[in-house]
Amino acid sequence: MKDAVLITGISGNLGRVLAKQLHRTERVVGLDRRAFPGAPKDLEVHHLDIRKRKVEEIFRHGEMKALIHMAIIHDPRLPQAEHHSFNVLGTKAVLEYAAKYGVKKVVVLSSANVYGPQPDNDNFLTEESPLLGSQRFPEIRDLVEVDMWAQQYMWKQPEVETVIVRPVHIIGATVRNAPANYLRIARPWTIAGFDPMVQLIHEEDVGRALAQALEPGVRGVYNVVGPGELPLSAVLAELGRNPIPVPHLIARPLLEKLFQYRLAGFPSNELDHLQFLCTVDGSRAERDLGFRSRYTLRETIRSVLGEVPPRVERSQGAA
Amino acid sequence: MAETRALARYERDKPRGLFGRLRGAMEKWALVQGGPELEARLARLVAPQNEYGVDPFGMELNFTRAAIAPVLWLYKNWFRVETHGIEQVPAGKVMLIANHSGQLPFDALMLGTAMLVEAEPPRVARAMLEKWAVSLPFVAPLYARIGQVVGTPENCRRLLAAGETIMIFPEGVRGLNKLYDKKYQLQEFGRGFMRLALETQTPIVPVAVVGAEEQAPGLFDFKAGARLLGFPSLPITPTLLPLPLPVKYHLWFGAPIRFTGSPDDDDAELDGKVREVKGQIQSLLQHGLEERKGIF
Repeated sequence: MKDAVLITGISGNLGRVLAKQLHRTERVVGLDRRAFPGAPKDLEVHHLDIRKRKVEEIFRHGEMKALIHMAIIHDPRLPQAEHHSFNVLGTKAVLEYAAKYGVKKVVVLSSANVYGPQPDNDNFLTEESPLLGSQRFPEIRDLVEVDMWAQQYMWKQPEVETVIVRPVHIIGATVRNAPANYLRIARPWTIAGFDPMVQLIHEEDVGRALAQALEPGVRGVYNVVGPGELPLSAVLAELGRNPIPVPHLIARPLLEKLFQYRLAGFPSNELDHLQFLCTVDGSRAERDLGFRSRYTLRETIRSVLGEVPPRVERSQGAA
Repeated sequence: MAETRALARYERDKPRGLFGRLRGAMEKWALVQGGPELEARLARLVAPQNEYGVDPFGMELNFTRAAIAPVLWLYKNWFRVETHGIEQVPAGKVMLIANHSGQLPFDALMLGTAMLVEAEPPRVARAMLEKWAVSLPFVAPLYARIGQVVGTPENCRRLLAAGETIMIFPEGVRGLNKLYDKKYQLQEFGRGFMRLALETQTPIVPVAVVGAEEQAPGLFDFKAGARLLGFPSLPITPTLLPLPLPVKYHLWFGAPIRFTGSPDDDDAELDGKVREVKGQIQSLLQHGLEERKGIF
């Protein structure tokens, strides 16, 4: 009987959150080359690189009914080739295995960053907006490619229910991505004279959205938003930060050098997020998935401080 | 001046910090100028705000209340704005289509202020901004906090669906930065607003702004300078920008027009409708020019 849910990248923050949300109601199988300390006992985790041939074995014997693919790396320090190979080839491989072994539901974790911050963006980008993320930030073109690959899969495999989830900036107590790290800096840079609206979402809310995407009948592309949007300055004020406004003309070359000499953790192209809008419309996910974030704006923001106790929903999960 | 309730509130819990104090002083200045009537009007403004006091488009009502102080001063003392027929603007979704002139968009500012202090019900009208305006530092967040948005069709649709008032200047920078010898001659209108009006079935109110043409007469266009700064154009005026001449503004509002048809009609079909709006504005302008006693 096909009853397992395979989660790639399960040892990441979001993977662990999702595994803990799902394992009581589903048979969860994990795939990650990293260790998963404190994994629930009933979890079966394979420690493998997703590009390895052995991954096919997991599909062949695993009786998977669904695949949640989130083994996508974002580390700007990794060489481009490694990034590209892991993200694009890894996605290609697992999606092809899923097709070959009759997995009927495929959920791919993308990101609202694929739209890219631009001065002339709509205030609420819909799922039909062009993916211009790599236009000003070529280093993320593999992430755009993963999203496009999943879109292709949607029409190549019409009998599979494919869902692409594009959440806004994910943050949480232990999340270590660019937005969460930025919000933990006591004196963060801002771009002088810019204060764009930003959207944040708690990792557990994203986990619930992914779980809801497993619902039979759900297919398509979904932006997933948190409890609302607010100016960047209000987020920093809530966290008690003292921002340093840097003129945009010098911020870019300066951060580029700092990043190069490992004095900063952010590539200079990330500055676009401090300058322009990349906010999305999450109404489709609300309508079709019935998804609404449970954390409030304040709880979401303050979660980077590790303040909000985690609230894992027990009766949560797909039918 | 009788002390209003809001003023009393300020005395009680004064905002802190340099910006807090500045904002408090500005809000106080606005209330001193506008009196209890303005306070009552501001209290009637509703925006779907979150716990941080901003609406989804980034408008902050508290900021707007403070920011109108200098604008209100310009409205009352510098341009001495007079409105004619503002009661014709219907409640709910509406597009205000106006002529654009004067090098800097004071006409949009004054039209927006009129909607706030004189229209019924009071409202924050949203101008559809040029894309390059929101890539300017300091200008971009200022516009956003007072409710102005980039003029993409999607933004416009969304705001109209929420029953908001939109200001559109179909001449764009062609009108704003035209030279003085072309004053009160409407430049080419875009068709975008008409498609959106048909699609969303929004009434159009033609508006003629009389006075803005003379606030900063453009003598010639310094094209090389514009290219250097990345501006659409750089007209040289005898005024000390950014302060325009203290001309007298008249805002003439026409009766709302409700068009029917398909937004996907041929351009020729749409052009007829656009010409009708343009004709209305032109005749309002003509009428306004005949009626006015002088430029200042």
